[in-house]
Amino acid sequence: MKILVPVKRVVDYNVRIRVKGDGSGVELANVKMSVNPFDEIAIEEAVRLKEKGIATEVVAVSIGVPQAKETLRTVLAMGTDRAIFVEATTDVNVDIEPLAVAKLLAKVIEDEKPNLVIAGKQAIDNDMNATGQMLAALLGWGQATFASSVEIEGDSATVSREVDGGLQTIRVKLPAIITSDLRLNEPRYVALPNIMKAKKKPLEERKASDLGVDITPRLKVIRTAEPPQRQAGVKVSSVDELVSKLKNEAGVI
Amino acid sequence: MSVLLLAEVANGHLVTDTVAKALSAVKALGDVTVLVATQNGTEAAAEAAKLEGVSKVLLADDASLAHELAEPVAALIVSLASGYSHIAAGSTAFSKNVLPRVAALLDVMILSDVTAVKDAETFDRPVYAGNAIQTVQSSDPVKVFTIRTAAFSAVGEGGSASVDNVSVPADPGLSSWVEDKAVESERPELTAAKNIVSGGRGVGSKENFDTIAKLADKLNAAIGASRAAVDAGYAPNDWQVGQTGKIVAPDLYIAVGISGAIQHLAGMKDSRVIVAINKDEDAPIFQVADYGLVGDLFTILPELTAKL
Repeated sequence: MKILVPVKRVVDYNVRIRVKGDGSGVELANVKMSVNPFDEIAIEEAVRLKEKGIATEVVAVSIGVPQAKETLRTVLAMGTDRAIFVEATTDVNVDIEPLAVAKLLAKVIEDEKPNLVIAGKQAIDNDMNATGQMLAALLGWGQATFASSVEIEGDSATVSREVDGGLQTIRVKLPAIITSDLRLNEPRYVALPNIMKAKKKPLEERKASDLGVDITPRLKVIRTAEPPQRQAGVKVSSVDELVSKLKNEAGVI
Repeated sequence: MSVLLLAEVANGHLVTDTVAKALSAVKALGDVTVLVATQNGTEAAAEAAKLEGVSKVLLADDASLAHELAEPVAALIVSLASGYSHIAAGSTAFSKNVLPRVAALLDVMILSDVTAVKDAETFDRPVYAGNAIQTVQSSDPVKVFTIRTAAFSAVGEGGSASVDNVSVPADPGLSSWVEDKAVESERPELTAAKNIVSGGRGVGSKENFDTIAKLADKLNAAIGASRAAVDAGYAPNDWQVGQTGKIVAPDLYIAVGISGAIQHLAGMKDSRVIVAINKDEDAPIFQVADYGLVGDLFTILPELTAKL
């Protein structure tokens, strides 16, 4: 079984993002970038399925700026067999929309013919939570989103999903799209020898313009603003003072 | 212009709060038709018909819709989509699963977690876990979006819309339901809790989280944790509050032994009142806290628990 995992290069989750003064976006120059954390979980799941002998090959795909090739090297070091990079822009300030990403992935999937796609449930930059669902729609495949456990049995996957107030288990026919939630697994740390080995793994480069997909944005970002800022409050000196403030000033207890 | 609003239904009833808030977000856009897609949905449809500002309720009642599976629900919405300028729903696990699929089938983009409807094509939505707010304009013929309901007040009752039954397309049969497991906990769910007590690395061990639990019991609060506490193995990862965990906005958030990493702040900074308890007086958490108390959590927490 071949598994394909889309990965996105995003601002590292530990970076305090800065909104540009002119409202044109978020400062992305000279900012630490990493693999989108949910995609890292997706890669981990795919690699574990390979280690269990269920998957035979794990292929990662990233779409975006050329720097995303570094992101692909990271996931190759995690145990991905090979990677495909699709250049869709050279401008780091351009975010390729989920619909366009899904269309490009659908093209790659036509050639690669994986039995399963595991994607992160959302990217922590645009927070759209859409690419997996859109890809499933375009391919006419079933979808199991927000997965917290995955069991492959024959030609179906049994997936436990994080829904409001609990878990829902569904069975989805393969090929299918699964999107990973936080509880699915804890991604491994990458050891140095694997980083060295990853440099020799195959990384194919393609261009979005060669895939015959219209990726013209549907959304225009008019303005990016800071959210209302919280002001620091007061320091209290005792538990009694805290209780009194919570009761009488804040009215929350 | 007209809106098709997908209703949230649970156990045969309308999730009124979610639907009433979503209605208030979309009512300025045109006539609103509410779609109830479930099995045995007569009661839920009647509940929807009573809400203010509903012009019509469509009831799609079919066994294939009983478990909110994405493929049959999306196929149903697409079969009804013609004529609507907007297709929306309150942002829930259900709508986030279904509406992006609908959008792709209609060849349009999705807008997730809309916090303000500026006009028929312009919306505000948070990005970077709420650390920036984008105003976006859609050029798509149909706008498909989910609504962050916390940003809107609920409409009242007093409506008397008609309920029409609609036919349901054949189930694509791509997935099937196995079981639902409600979280068995005396505590409220993290994202719905009025009060939350969260622990960080400063709590020191899994056993020490009992101190957090005692305070949470007293406040009928949910328990949260920082990513550092989860990574250290002190707390399970479904307790994680932060950019990669749950985004919460309770009335009261008590952060205990949490330094206030950016990743954590992104998940809780919209709480109404934030209390920070930390032994390091320079911890960044104090910059967002309404009330800060510097000291040893192992003496402060028992005292606080006793005095509440």
